[in-house]
Amino acid sequence: MEKTNNKIRITIDGKRTYVTKGSTIVEAAKENGIYIPTLCHFEGADPKACCRMCTVKINNRMMTSCTTPVTEGMEIENDTEELNEVRKSIIELLFVSGNHFCPACEKSGNCELQALAYRYKMLVPRFPYSFPRKEVDASSPKIIKEQNRCIACKRCIKTIRDEHGKHYFAYKNRGQHLEVILDPVLGDTMPDDLAKKAMENCPVGSILYKEKGFDQPIGTRKYDKQPIGSEIENNV
Amino acid sequence: MSKKITIEPVTRVEGHGKVTIQMDDNHQVIDSRLHIVEFRGFERFVQGRPYWEAPVLVQRLCGICPVSHHIAAAKALDVIVGAGDGDGLTAVGEKMRRLMHYGQFFQSHVLHFFHLSSPDFLFGIDGDPAMRNIVGVAQVHKELAVQGVMMRKFGQEVIRLTAGKKIHGTGAIPGGINKNLSIAERDELLKGPDPLNADKMIEWSLSALEFFKNYHKQNHAKVDDFASFPSNHLSMVRKDGALDIYHGVLRAVDSEGNRILDDVDYHEYYNYIEEEVKSWSYMKFPYLKHLGKEKGWYRVGPLARLNTCDFIPSPLAQKEFEEYKAYTHGKPNNMSLHYHWARLIEVLHAAEVIRDLLHDPDLQNEDLVVKGKKQKEGVGVIEAPRGTLFHHYKIDDNDLITMANLIVSTTNNNEPMNRAVESTARAFMNGQETITEPMMNAVEVAIRAYDPCLSCATHALGQMPLEMTILGASGRILDHKMKD
Ligand code: SF4
Repeated sequence: MEKTNNKIRITIDGKRTYVTKGSTIVEAAKENGIYIPTLCHFEGADPKACCRMCTVKINNRMMTSCTTPVTEGMEIENDTEELNEVRKSIIELLFVSGNHFCPACEKSGNCELQALAYRYKMLVPRFPYSFPRKEVDASSPKIIKEQNRCIACKRCIKTIRDEHGKHYFAYKNRGQHLEVILDPVLGDTMPDDLAKKAMENCPVGSILYKEKGFDQPIGTRKYDKQPIGSEIENNV
Repeated sequence: MSKKITIEPVTRVEGHGKVTIQMDDNHQVIDSRLHIVEFRGFERFVQGRPYWEAPVLVQRLCGICPVSHHIAAAKALDVIVGAGDGDGLTAVGEKMRRLMHYGQFFQSHVLHFFHLSSPDFLFGIDGDPAMRNIVGVAQVHKELAVQGVMMRKFGQEVIRLTAGKKIHGTGAIPGGINKNLSIAERDELLKGPDPLNADKMIEWSLSALEFFKNYHKQNHAKVDDFASFPSNHLSMVRKDGALDIYHGVLRAVDSEGNRILDDVDYHEYYNYIEEEVKSWSYMKFPYLKHLGKEKGWYRVGPLARLNTCDFIPSPLAQKEFEEYKAYTHGKPNNMSLHYHWARLIEVLHAAEVIRDLLHDPDLQNEDLVVKGKKQKEGVGVIEAPRGTLFHHYKIDDNDLITMANLIVSTTNNNEPMNRAVESTARAFMNGQETITEPMMNAVEVAIRAYDPCLSCATHALGQMPLEMTILGASGRILDHKMKD
């Protein structure tokens, strides 16, 4: 990218490039066709850095690139063996801390967690499964909240609100008992398009739009066509 | 001294089983059992899951005929989403499902005949064990092995193009199907490069039938007398009596051909069929309620289907059917090894149906799904390759499954397979001081005729008492454990 007034110079994996001032590392990398994996991050919503997938190394320190702004001369390590190993471990930990059974999940093929597992070549998690006992809450007329698959990324909490800004989703409990629940009152009158958007914005299959199952054929799903990240990498 | 013979594992069947045969001091068979040693739990797994997941979830019962479970579950859910009682789908919905089902029927039957059973015909039950497998077939009868592999591949391609994947696809959804067949996909199957096209499949199905008929001609007595015993026969037939593996009514005949279940609505199967649990097997024993446990057991699968149906609605298979029926003078066929003959006629029929469906322009229609007034309960029945398959679901107000009952094909054949084991054990082992490898093979051949899928048959969890008995060489009980 050319140097202009609002550009600064950074280096990602030894490659020198000019990026927009004030952008985060994730955005700056994207601008240059470099993919840094994210999971909790959702374009248009404030980054929260809760999943740590976008961890990069700056001056030998691990930093989350969705919350760190670029600075002049910054040297960033991204696609390294060490960092990819960290990312793979995060994915594995997410798999073992929930009950993720891809074969019968409606989100399979459109799921970001699954797509990342493929990208980082996870065959089987190296950590023991915790098989938590989680509920399937189907009491709302539009949505099923499948707690077994929630990775607590907060994307639904941040992005699904009514016209007054009220949140449809919220945290309940703490620690290993933490769950993301749908407000029972708001949930009862949730408009159709918002319910569909909630399912779409969830990176995994934890929010299911009721009675929509498997109507998108295998082979036509998002990550059937191209692996996660390639939409950025192919867009140089 | 009495002795107990164990054959474990039973080979060249789908899944794992175990046979025990008890003999007395005079070398006479006094008892025999086919034990199913696998344990599954699908009826429980689906409880609490959203109903639309069932067709995708339950098909994991099996890697050989997942399409059967996929479609049977989808048919049950058609009822739940108000898409009629199994015949209310759009033309493309029903025909795509049929194409998928006949494709899987074709590949599963082919796998059974060529890969699992042909070694018995080619090398005999006393042939070299090292040769009695598909690799042995490939060495000596290369052409036959290639045909088997390519025919199976064709069936798998039909599944891929209708379900999205060769194994565990997602094509059938409640109320219809998620894709139609494009012209390019159709042509792949219709005009595919030799041999992967529908016409070649029909030609090879005919030659496989010729192969069996020639073998039969040369071995009449061996084939006809082997594990032959009278039984009832049950299957679904089309309303007009035609062979139909996708939709119809339930019909059963006795060993003489008298109707004992007269074209009843399968949605009420539970009024006609009951299942008995026995402590020594994970597999239940179904029987016709009104005839009771002793007299009500029945066979299912190719032999039963050709005993219950009146005709086959495709010309070449119908011609073969007439010849087949003439052999038993129009009476039901009760010979276990004739399962192979019947199966190959069905292979030919499936190939003809696939070809005809591919020519049907309805497959390119766009109206994939219908839905109507929601119901709380649904039953779906199809004829899977191995026989009649029942799926039954109930859901709650929140769309979650509260009850699932599956009666799978192999379970229906439980009693007949045990009879076949007994009859073969008596025929080959009675009076024999030493039990030889060919004698044990004979028992396996009898079981294999039924093409059992033992993993499918043990899908239930929670209601099965489990009994384990350890016998010493003298027959003395050393240990005995019971779980209920
Ligand atoms: S429900 Fe989905 S979007 Fe919401 S926190 Fe859980 S994983 Fe994230």
